[in-house]
Amino acid sequence: MILRLRLKEELRVPVDAEPISPDVFAGKSLEEIGALPLWRGNRKILLRDIFELNGASGKVAGEVVIQIDGNLCKVNRIGSAMTDGEIAISGDVGMHLGIEMKGGKITVKGNASSWVGSSMTGGTLEVSQDVGDYIGAPYRGSTKGMRGGTIIVHGNAGTEVGRYMKKGFIRVDGDVGQFVGIHLKKGTLLVGGNADSRAGAFMTGGKLIICGHLESLLPTFSIDGVKSKAKVEGEIIKEPFYLFIGDLAENGRGKLYVSKSKNRHLGNHEKLLQ
Amino acid sequence: MNELLIKNGFVYDPLNRINGEIIDIAICDGKIVKEVKNGKSIDASGMVVMPGGVDIHSHIAGAKVNAARLLRPEDHYKDVEPKTALTRSGVGYSIPSTFTTGYRYARMGWTTVMEPAMPPLKAKHTHEELNDTPMVDKGAYPLLGNNWFVLEYLRAKMYDECAAFVAWMMNATKGYAIKLVNPGGLEAWGFGRNVRDIDDPVPNFDITPREIIQGLCKVNQLLNLPHTIHVHINNLGKPGNYVTTLETMKCVENLASDNKPIMHLTHCQFSAFAGEDWRTFKSASDEIAEYVNSHSHVTLDMGQIIFTHTTTMTADGPFQFTLYQITGNKWVNNDVETETSSGIVPFQYKRKNYVHATQWTIGLELALQIKDPWKIFLTTDHPNAGPFTAYPKIIAWLMSRKAREEVMKKINKKTRRKALLSTIDREYSLYEIVISTRAGQAKSLGLKNKGHLGVGADADISIYDLNPNETNLADNPKTIAHAFKNAAYTIKDGEIVVKDGEVVKPVSGRTYWVNMKAESNTLEIEPELKRAFERYYTVKYENYLVPQNFSDHQTPLTVKAKIKL
Repeated sequence: MILRLRLKEELRVPVDAEPISPDVFAGKSLEEIGALPLWRGNRKILLRDIFELNGASGKVAGEVVIQIDGNLCKVNRIGSAMTDGEIAISGDVGMHLGIEMKGGKITVKGNASSWVGSSMTGGTLEVSQDVGDYIGAPYRGSTKGMRGGTIIVHGNAGTEVGRYMKKGFIRVDGDVGQFVGIHLKKGTLLVGGNADSRAGAFMTGGKLIICGHLESLLPTFSIDGVKSKAKVEGEIIKEPFYLFIGDLAENGRGKLYVSKSKNRHLGNHEKLLQ
Repeated sequence: MNELLIKNGFVYDPLNRINGEIIDIAICDGKIVKEVKNGKSIDASGMVVMPGGVDIHSHIAGAKVNAARLLRPEDHYKDVEPKTALTRSGVGYSIPSTFTTGYRYARMGWTTVMEPAMPPLKAKHTHEELNDTPMVDKGAYPLLGNNWFVLEYLRAKMYDECAAFVAWMMNATKGYAIKLVNPGGLEAWGFGRNVRDIDDPVPNFDITPREIIQGLCKVNQLLNLPHTIHVHINNLGKPGNYVTTLETMKCVENLASDNKPIMHLTHCQFSAFAGEDWRTFKSASDEIAEYVNSHSHVTLDMGQIIFTHTTTMTADGPFQFTLYQITGNKWVNNDVETETSSGIVPFQYKRKNYVHATQWTIGLELALQIKDPWKIFLTTDHPNAGPFTAYPKIIAWLMSRKAREEVMKKINKKTRRKALLSTIDREYSLYEIVISTRAGQAKSLGLKNKGHLGVGADADISIYDLNPNETNLADNPKTIAHAFKNAAYTIKDGEIVVKDGEVVKPVSGRTYWVNMKAESNTLEIEPELKRAFERYYTVKYENYLVPQNFSDHQTPLTVKAKIKL
């Protein structure tokens, strides 16, 4: 069964929607779900005050499918710490989508704001358009980055994608901002488009692949070779890549693949190979 | 007249040798009195009544605590206390904000807390934060073990002048006791070095840590300060450092008289390491305990490890640098001009780590092997070994072998095999817990009105829902921990401030400081200090002093020195 939530009004004040998650909805009737408390700004409201509810929930989280429609760009923390089930969102969505998610699936037809999949440990998160900054990144000051799961973004992403990532996979088909893969420890990060500068800063392991143009390479990376292809999650990207190792400032052994054809300005590194 | 009567409780008051007898406690205007005629009463039948908790060593305020709050937003994120009608909001697990710190202490039944490391230069900041810490009485120990003036006076063996300087310092910083952190080592750290042991001379000063410790111990006696010197040893946190600890305790042996403690060795869990390096690391608790059992000039506190995320912060800059090297975590290290250094590193104690698990056993082994509970007190060196909110858990560990064994099952296998702890049967009685958490600490601090329930004492009382006659406490560690976590009542200065673990009346505590009085003022050290300030300090002499009534609720304790200053 699908549970449909439709936003009744245009929101002007942010709403903390932590209870919108299959784990909370499981085993509850429509009435009970409608009575779940949310915070709008500093006021407590009920879920049914801003959402129209239809359909039914499941018995366990795995059976729950939540379909949400409307302009949700002021609605934060949807799917927080969810372990199973599915959330499908049509429209733009606010910050902290799927924060600390452990399993299940979230799909967004539209844009998502910052902190998508922050510190997630499992599950799949897919956004059809652009996302904000700090994708998969932990809370400020924390070093517990993404430790599993998959994030797929079909549009562009902002800065610091995959900060402190330890495990899992992030794919951004569009462009990314500065500091992509900062503090990367392990796991894979694939950028289909261009990347702004300082890619892979502080990375100590893992794999960061940039298929487009890289604005500039950090001086703390050294070239290891030119590869004819790159392997990502079982797939093979058949085009030549420069392979850099770094971040040497951290004694890192991370692998940074940068497309050869789109980065003529890195050609001088090839001389160092001879 | 604000009167209150606590009826029918099992009273534990070790300083007056009352062990679980059913006695009524009468309170009038914030003091304990013989009897009251009318007024409210609390029925404490089936509960235990004891003096309010005293914490001799807990980093709750000051520049480094605040720096740690700034350094660790992730520490606040998951631990949030919303505002209520009575209390303010606050955040923080290992470094809670000031108001939250006060509320949490009061909820557990603690009423007096000492901030043990105040760099004199940061005294104003410390007092501002102490002023914002409600519910508990406070005090702060200025760091003097690496102060240039102290080092210079002691090198020249000018003890009277040094005493005059310390007396001035107590007044200038509104301090309570002399704190030594890695004496000499922090001065050396200013040049990227450390001292190896207590006979290694301090660079540029031609004085050894031994001379500093002995010197300040003498000064402490000359000034007749309420607390002893409060020492964080050299080589803290290094394998094999128990030798230094023993040496440190031995070096003041000759200064002791009439079996009175003259030195407090703080968070001694970190100072009881044997072995050559981290691989051969092991507990030296038996060596320390053996020495302490046969001597009476020293008191200790535990610094018990809790397996959790926490934030380490000490004035021991070189030690914090070592911790940074071990963990690779973010860190802060700071040099406080001519006075001290400091450092902050977030840290996680893990059950499965051999060193951490062994450290956990060391703290408990010390507390259980030292026979006299008046000599070792319960602390976690908050937040270095764990937040103070873990005290109920430690009380349960001390009182119940069963509770210890439950943890033992989960810790590192090598530790479990080797640890002396598994052979120790001793279980603290409630009477001994009261000594370790209240009476002993108040006695060591020289706070005459705290830690007991005799007539004239401050009416700081905690009541816990625990019936020692009905439940066998040693078999029910969870009951103990639960009771101590949420005090049934906390009474501060005769007023009920906490009921059933909830704050019902916010009050602001006092800040104690030592106001030195001497017969005459013959030693003029002020002109010399002013000259030195012009030369070495970034602040003016006049701006350095914490003015009288700088913060509210300052309570000077007048102390008469033994000498003419």
